[in-house]
Amino acid sequence: MTAVLEVEGLKTHFFTRAGVVKAVDGVDFSVAKGEVMGLVGESGSGKSITGFSILGLIDPPGRIVEGAIRFNGEDIAGASEERLKTLRGNRIAMIFQDPMMTLNPVLRIDTQMIEAILAHEKVDKREAWERSRDALGLVGIPSPEERLQAYPHQLSGGMRQRVAIATAFLNRPDLIIADEPTTALDVTIQAQIIHEAQKLTRQTGTAMIWITHDLAVVAGLADRISVMYAGRIVEQGETDLVIDHPLHPYTVGLLGSVPSANKRGERLYQIEGMTPNMLDLPEGCAFAPRCRWATDACTPPPGVQTVDGRQIRCVHPRREGVTA
Amino acid sequence: MSAFVIRRLLQAFLVMALMSVIVFFGVNVIGDPVYMLVSPDADQAELEAAIARLGLDRPIWEQYLLFLQGALRGDLGNSFIFGEPALKLIFHHMPATLELAFSALFLSVVIGIPLGLYAGLYPDNPISKGIMAGSILGFSLPTFWVGLMLIMVFAVELGWLPSTGRGDTATFLGIESSLFTADGLSHLFLPALNLALLKISLAVRLTRAGVREAMGQDYVKFARAKGLSTRRIIFVHVLKNIMIPVVTVMGLEFGSLIGFSVVTETIFAWPGMGKLLIDAILQLDRPVVVAYLMIIVLFFVIINLIVDILYSILDPRVRLQDQGA
Ligand SMILES: Nc1ncnc2c1ncn2[C@@H]1O[C@H](COP(=O)(O)OP(=O)(O)OP(=O)(O)O)[C@@H](O)[C@H]1O
Ligand code: SF4
Ligand SMILES: [Mg+2]
Repeated sequence: MTAVLEVEGLKTHFFTRAGVVKAVDGVDFSVAKGEVMGLVGESGSGKSITGFSILGLIDPPGRIVEGAIRFNGEDIAGASEERLKTLRGNRIAMIFQDPMMTLNPVLRIDTQMIEAILAHEKVDKREAWERSRDALGLVGIPSPEERLQAYPHQLSGGMRQRVAIATAFLNRPDLIIADEPTTALDVTIQAQIIHEAQKLTRQTGTAMIWITHDLAVVAGLADRISVMYAGRIVEQGETDLVIDHPLHPYTVGLLGSVPSANKRGERLYQIEGMTPNMLDLPEGCAFAPRCRWATDACTPPPGVQTVDGRQIRCVHPRREGVTA
Repeated sequence: MSAFVIRRLLQAFLVMALMSVIVFFGVNVIGDPVYMLVSPDADQAELEAAIARLGLDRPIWEQYLLFLQGALRGDLGNSFIFGEPALKLIFHHMPATLELAFSALFLSVVIGIPLGLYAGLYPDNPISKGIMAGSILGFSLPTFWVGLMLIMVFAVELGWLPSTGRGDTATFLGIESSLFTADGLSHLFLPALNLALLKISLAVRLTRAGVREAMGQDYVKFARAKGLSTRRIIFVHVLKNIMIPVVTVMGLEFGSLIGFSVVTETIFAWPGMGKLLIDAILQLDRPVVVAYLMIIVLFFVIINLIVDILYSILDPRVRLQDQGA
């Protein structure tokens, strides 16, 4: 499989008055054509910033300080704004978390979809309109002609997120970054939207990065999972392997806090401790203060090692029979 | 929509009625106009004749009812001084004031919004900081002082522009205005700028705050993620959103422009309603003062209505309905 996207050693830091926030601090992953990668982690772990870095949408005081982002072989980490504009929404699209906020409240749906086509292609308005209508149809929106004339507030949250997804697919991008697109929706709508998105990636061969804090969401959707903690990917591998045999203590904790993974009646397991303060991370493994298996060996930051077909950052992987 | 308008008209009528009471009784408390009109050596009989002629011998409530009766017929009484209907006097002076107020509104929009936009897009830029400092000055310097300074600098020192009067007027489309002659425009510029100063500052601050807020919104980030040009993002996505509060506030401020024109008109000897009002107050010409205040109330009511309708056109989430206020 050819990689659509290869991220190597990506570091995105925010230079705030209070200090340097290393929101993304050495992230490596790649996504192949047609592949869905789940990017999972707690709030503040750097998932969104990873996504925005790929699109070149990091605003001061933030900046990509290191690393390569190879998109179809071209390093776009330091690309010009002009170059990035031709990629955004065209070859790489993004969907946001809150459908109530992502559409402009004072512009009609047709305006907001058609402009996404016209920004990248010289086609006449009629054709752009037809493509918008067809895209709405594809994501399961009934009577798309009428919906095109609506303003966002006239649509439900689920409908709006479908509009955002349809907009993302308009220019048949090679890669879509979906940043928690279902978090704000209720469970049934969530399932429908995931289904639509999955169907579309299959049909179009679009690669997708699906960002979420909920492992259960990506369990049935992603081909591979990357687990992120405090700006780093701590475990990465095939979905089944990661879900069934998590190796990193943080992944073990995340899985423990997924309701479906708990046996009936058993107490819901919570990862102990606070989410890390990004301004004041521990010297060694960032997870150490919350880790049950932490030892002195965890103090130099653990590098990436390959264990059982996965890349993990931990000196004491939770392999069966291995205890520290 | 029509139910909404009817409802608003009823409300407006109520406000006008209430204001007429307050204004009429309020004006009757100050001074005794008769002494302004009769020569100091007039005898008692002459004095009483004058009082009767002005209708001031009747009890105050009767005077009010008579006023109300006239008001319903569109007659707000005659000026004590000129003997002409007060409304006629006001309408005669109104075009000059409206011309001044509209010019000031125009200046505040075309100067204030672009400056605010710039300051909002580049908040850390020294130019933006200069704009914001200027807007604080615009807010805090008293209008009359700025007016005098403008006259000192541009009329007296530099001699570029005339300092008083309205200049030549010309009639265009049935409207007589100094906007249509070069001499008129040169007379208009300084007073309009003086009157606009406060509103320019307001437009700058409103626009800047709106831009700053909008730029951080998800819909702007989504627009950027779609690969739109910066131009389109600013002039379609951002500007369309911030026009809602800006138009609302600037529209509502139009009434206060007319109110504030009293100061500017006095300084620049601009022959508008404001100057008429000041003269009327000095001469205790009660009917003119009352008529002026009623007209101003009417202005505010109408402006509010227009702003509400404009607002509903700009913001699709607002539809005028017969619900709430
Ligand atoms: N503009 C900024 N200035 C300073 N720090 C920032 C800025 N934007 C993000 N951060 C920091 O970067 C870190 C990562 O943020 P990010 O939004 O990527 O988290 P996330 O994993 O997407 O979380 P969530 O699930 O809440 O969306 C956070 O600790 C956040 O405080
Ligand atoms: S490196 Fe040590 S502290 Fe970090 S997760 Fe592994 S065991 Fe825990
Ligand atoms: Mg996020």
